[in-house]
Amino acid sequence: MAGTVDTTKGLPSHPERATLEGKNKFLGFWFFLGGETIMFATFFGTYLGLRNGIGDGPSSSELFTLPLVFLMTMILLTSSMTSVFAMFAMKKNKFKQMMAWMIVTVVLGMVFLGLEIYEFQHYVHDYEFGFTTSAFSSAFYTLVGLHGAHVLFGLGWITLLIVRNIRSGITLTNAPKFYVASLYWHFIDVVWVFIFTVVYLMGAGGY
Amino acid sequence: MASYKKEKGVVWDWLTTVDHKKLGIMYLIAGTLFFLKAGLMAVFMRIQLIMPDNTFLSGQTFNEFITMHGTIMLFLAATPLLFAFMNFVIPLQIGARDVAFPFVNALGFWIFLSGGLLLSTSWFFGGGPDAGWTAYVPLSLNENQLGLDFYVLGLQVSGIGTLISAINFLVTIINMRAPGMTMMRLPLFVWTSFVTSTLILFAFTPLAAGLALLMLERIFDAQFFNPAAGGNVVIWQHIFWIFGHPEVYILVLPAFGIISEVIPAFSRKRLFGYTAMVFATMIIAFLGFMVWAHHMFTVGIGPVANSIFAIATMTIAVPTGIKIFNWLFTMWGGKITFNTAMLFASSFVPTFVLGGVTGVMLAMAPVDYLYHDTYFVVAHFHYIIVGGIVLALFAGLFYWYPKMFNHKLNEKLGVIFFILFTIGFHMTFFVQHFLGLMGMPRRVYTYLGGQGLDEFNMISTIGTFFMSAAVIVLVINIVYSAIKGERVIGVNDPWDARTLEWATPTPVPEYNFAQTPQVRSLDPLFYEKVHGDGTMKPAEPVDDIHMPNGSILPVVISIGLYFLGFGLIMLEMENPMLSPWIVVALGGLLTFGGMALRSLNDDHGYHIPKSVVKADLKKQGGGK
Repeated sequence: MAGTVDTTKGLPSHPERATLEGKNKFLGFWFFLGGETIMFATFFGTYLGLRNGIGDGPSSSELFTLPLVFLMTMILLTSSMTSVFAMFAMKKNKFKQMMAWMIVTVVLGMVFLGLEIYEFQHYVHDYEFGFTTSAFSSAFYTLVGLHGAHVLFGLGWITLLIVRNIRSGITLTNAPKFYVASLYWHFIDVVWVFIFTVVYLMGAGGY
Repeated sequence: MASYKKEKGVVWDWLTTVDHKKLGIMYLIAGTLFFLKAGLMAVFMRIQLIMPDNTFLSGQTFNEFITMHGTIMLFLAATPLLFAFMNFVIPLQIGARDVAFPFVNALGFWIFLSGGLLLSTSWFFGGGPDAGWTAYVPLSLNENQLGLDFYVLGLQVSGIGTLISAINFLVTIINMRAPGMTMMRLPLFVWTSFVTSTLILFAFTPLAAGLALLMLERIFDAQFFNPAAGGNVVIWQHIFWIFGHPEVYILVLPAFGIISEVIPAFSRKRLFGYTAMVFATMIIAFLGFMVWAHHMFTVGIGPVANSIFAIATMTIAVPTGIKIFNWLFTMWGGKITFNTAMLFASSFVPTFVLGGVTGVMLAMAPVDYLYHDTYFVVAHFHYIIVGGIVLALFAGLFYWYPKMFNHKLNEKLGVIFFILFTIGFHMTFFVQHFLGLMGMPRRVYTYLGGQGLDEFNMISTIGTFFMSAAVIVLVINIVYSAIKGERVIGVNDPWDARTLEWATPTPVPEYNFAQTPQVRSLDPLFYEKVHGDGTMKPAEPVDDIHMPNGSILPVVISIGLYFLGFGLIMLEMENPMLSPWIVVALGGLLTFGGMALRSLNDDHGYHIPKSVVKADLKKQGGGK
C-alpha cells in the first residue's frame, strides 16, 4: 500500500516524497504558494498604483537608505541558503546537521526581522511616516509588513518543528514537514527580492 | 458498515468528522439554509417593488437586503452547495478512499460556516452591510455602518475556508486517482471541479488582498482609497473584479460539470466530444481572468482598454458554444428518460443560452453605456446564475440524492417543483430585460408610477411567488421522501449510470471502496457493464484500510477565527462591552493554539482490519 515504505534499509533518497502523505503535502504546498504569489501580486499592484500618492508625507526617495536594506537582503538570502544546506543534510540522513542548519536559518530570520522593526520605527520617529500618513505609506507598510508577518509566522513554524522533532531523527513523517517549511522560507526570500527591487531600488532611485 | 469507532454519540461524531461524505452533507445543509435566507430577502425586495411608491421596506432595509442577498447567494449558498457535491462525489468518481487532506477539508467547512455566521451577526449590531455585494468604495467606507465591517471580515474568514478546500480538491484529483483513471478519463464533473479549484486559488487570493485593504481602511484608517492623501478609488474595482469575474466561472463550471454527468446518464449515450469539453472548460477558465474590466466600461478606463476587454469577453462565447452543442449532440438520438434531474438538465441548456446572448450584448462597450446599471444587467446575471447554476444544482440534487441519503426524491413532486420553478423563473426575470431597456435602474428601492414600469414589475414579483411555491414543494418533497421515499439500500446503481460513484455500495461505507477499482475506460462502470460482468475489477487484494482520525480542532480553529474577526469589528463599536483586544487575543489563541496543537501531535489515523472489510463485502454480495 501507498502508506507503507520499507525503511529497514535506511531512508529512501527523497524521504519527503516517499509516502503518499508526503507527496500530497508537497503538491498541496506548491498550490498554496501559487495562491500566496497571487495575493502578494495584488499588494504589489496596489503599491505600484499608489507609490506616488504621497499626500503631505515624505516620498520614497527621501526615506529609503539602501545600505540598511542591502544588509537585510543579504541576511535573508543567506538564511535561504542555510535552509538548503539543511535539506541536503536531510537527504543524506544527517539529522544533527540538518537541525543545526535549521537553527542557523531561524537565527538569521530573527536578525532580519529585528532590522525591519528598527527600519519601521526609524521611519515613524525620524520622518513622521506612519501607517496613516498617505496612500503611499499605507501601501508600503501593508506590503512590506505583510512580508514581515510571513517571516514571523515562518520563524514560529520552524521553531515549533525543531522543538517537536528535537529527538526523533529524520522520519518519513517529519521529512515532508521540514521540506515544506524550507519551501516556505524560500518563497519568503523570493518575495523579498521583488520588494527589494520594486519598493526600495525603484523608490530610492525616484522612479 | 464498520461502526466500532463511534462510541462518542452522534453530535460529537458530526462535529469531529473528517469524512468527505459527511462533510458533503453538512455543506448541503448549511448551503440550503443560507439559500433559503437569501431567497426570502429576494421575495421581500420584490414585494417592495410590486407597485410604484411602495413603503413595504424602507430604503435602508432594501439596501441591506440587496447587499446580503447577493453576498449570501454567491458566497454562502451557491459555493457551498457546489462544494457539497464536490465533496461527496469527487473521491467516489475518481475511485479514492478519501481526499488528500481530510483534516483540511473539515477545517474548510467550519471556517466557511464561521465566516458566514460572522456576516449574519451583523443583523444584531445595527443591520447588514448596505453598499451592494460589490462594496464599491467610497460607498463602503461609511463609518456609521457597522454592517460593512461584518461584510469585510465575514467574507475574509469564509474565503479562507473556500481557499483551503480548493487546494484539497486540486491535490486529491492529481494524487488520489485509482489505477487507470488517467486525466483524460476523469468524469467531466471532476474536470470542471478541478479547473474551478484552480480559479478559486487564483481569484480568491486577490479578494483576500482587497478585503484586507478595505479592512485596514475602515478599522485602521489607512489611506488607500482617500484621494486627499494620494489614494485611488478605482483600485478597489480592479481588485474586486479580477476576483469577481472569475467567480462567475467558479460557480458555473461545476454546474456545467453536473449537466455533463446528468445528460449522458439519462440519454443513454456517452458525452459527445469529451476532449473538446475538457479543453473548452480550460479556455473558459483562462478567458475568465482576462475580462474583468468589462464590469468597468463606464468607469472611464479609455476606449483602447474597453475594446480589448469587449473582444476578450465575446470570445468566451466560443468555448461555451462548443459546450452547448456537445450537450445537444449528446441528447441527439439518445434514449432520453425525462425524470426531474433530466428535466432540469435539459431546460438548463436553452435558459443558459439566453443568459449568454445577453452577455454578448452587454460585452459591446458602447452599448453598455445604455445598459449599465439597469435591470437588463440584473436579468442577464440571473439568467446565468439561476438559469445556469441553480438549475444545475437542482439536477445534481435529484441525481445524487439516492447516493447521499439512501432514498430517492419523489418524482411526481419533483415534476411539480420543476414546472412551478420554470414558470416562476422566466416570469420573474424575462420581463426584467424590458424593464432595463425602458430605463429602470437597478438597486433602487422604489420607482414612480405611470412610466410604463408598473405592469412588468407586477409580473416580475408574481413570478417570485411561483418560485417560492416551488421551493416549498421541494421542501415538502425532501420531508416526504425521507419518510416514504423509495429506498435504494443495497441498490448501488439506481439510474443505471456510467461513472464510478455508482459502483460503490449504498449506503457508502466510510472507506468508499473495499478494494480500489481498476479503471479501464472513460465511463468506467458503463464499460464494465458492456465489456465485463457489470462490476469493477479490483486493483488490489482485500487488506487493512487506513483511515484518518476525526478531530475537534477544526471547530476550535474556526471559533477562533470568528472571535478574531468579531474582536476587530468591536474596535469600531461605540462603547463595546469589553476591550476588543481581549476578544482578538482570545480568538488568536484559539486559532493559532489549535494549529500548534495539530502540528505537535502526529496523528497517524487508524486501520479498519481486513476481517471487517471482508465481512462488509460478504454482506453487500447478498444485497445486490
